[in-house]
Amino acid sequence: MKPEFLLALVGGLCIGLASFAASAASGKIPGISGVFSKVFLAKPGDTQWRLLFLLGLVGGAGLVFALGPSGFTPVAPLWLMAFSGFIVGIGTRLGGGCTSGHGVCGMGLGSKDSMVATVIFMGTGVATVFVVRHLIGGLG
Amino acid sequence: MRLLVLFLSGALFGIGLAISGMTNPVIVTGFLDVAGAWNPALVFVMGGALGSYAFSMWAWRKLAGGRGWFGRPLPKGESDRVNWRLVTGAAMFGIGWGLSGFCPGPAIANLAILRPEAMVFVPMMALGMLVARAVFRSS
Repeated sequence: MKPEFLLALVGGLCIGLASFAASAASGKIPGISGVFSKVFLAKPGDTQWRLLFLLGLVGGAGLVFALGPSGFTPVAPLWLMAFSGFIVGIGTRLGGGCTSGHGVCGMGLGSKDSMVATVIFMGTGVATVFVVRHLIGGLG
Repeated sequence: MRLLVLFLSGALFGIGLAISGMTNPVIVTGFLDVAGAWNPALVFVMGGALGSYAFSMWAWRKLAGGRGWFGRPLPKGESDRVNWRLVTGAAMFGIGWGLSGFCPGPAIANLAILRPEAMVFVPMMALGMLVARAVFRSS
């Protein structure tokens, strides 16, 4: 197996086990879009564990970034990142989850709606990349 | 203690995102580019995450029934109804994901090094969530 695929697998195992620990300790499905939105949309008192979880996430990623070179190749200009962030924000709340909430946790618990959501967002993601890369020919 | 466990789970999640390569947008769009030079890395990330989450939740439920830790219940997979909100929302999310190569976790992880892409994506995502709540009453 290529080393980057092995790292991808180990990283995936970390994400799954971290989601399990967060599920058991919070009693909730710890999807990132839900956790993030409830930091500023939930009742006060429900926000503390969510904020700590996200601070941990930033810290853990920062630790890896500090230890070695991590690749980052931008695929879109900043104005398009802003637009993307906006529709990801609306879409994840309207659809009730993101890659972690639906794709990992919801599917991992056998939720039918999560399977439908995951098939749809993977499908529109594939279609979007197809249009951008093969019809338009990239984003300046 | 409970809050420390949740902080450390977040840290493990962030470590997983960073070592898996999901924090690099080009790996994500490479996975979504099935008609081009397809990069299967995300199959390993998603497979590893989904498999280990499904197994550990199943195994813990076998051991401890519906109990989680610190007196919390183990969450169940409660399926909402599949309706226009779910379909439209998931479709919009996928378009944003394909355009940027960012979903919420990797975007937030990239705040650790103040990556400009993350610094514009994350506040706009928060704004989108506020709009979703105001317009569609979905929290």
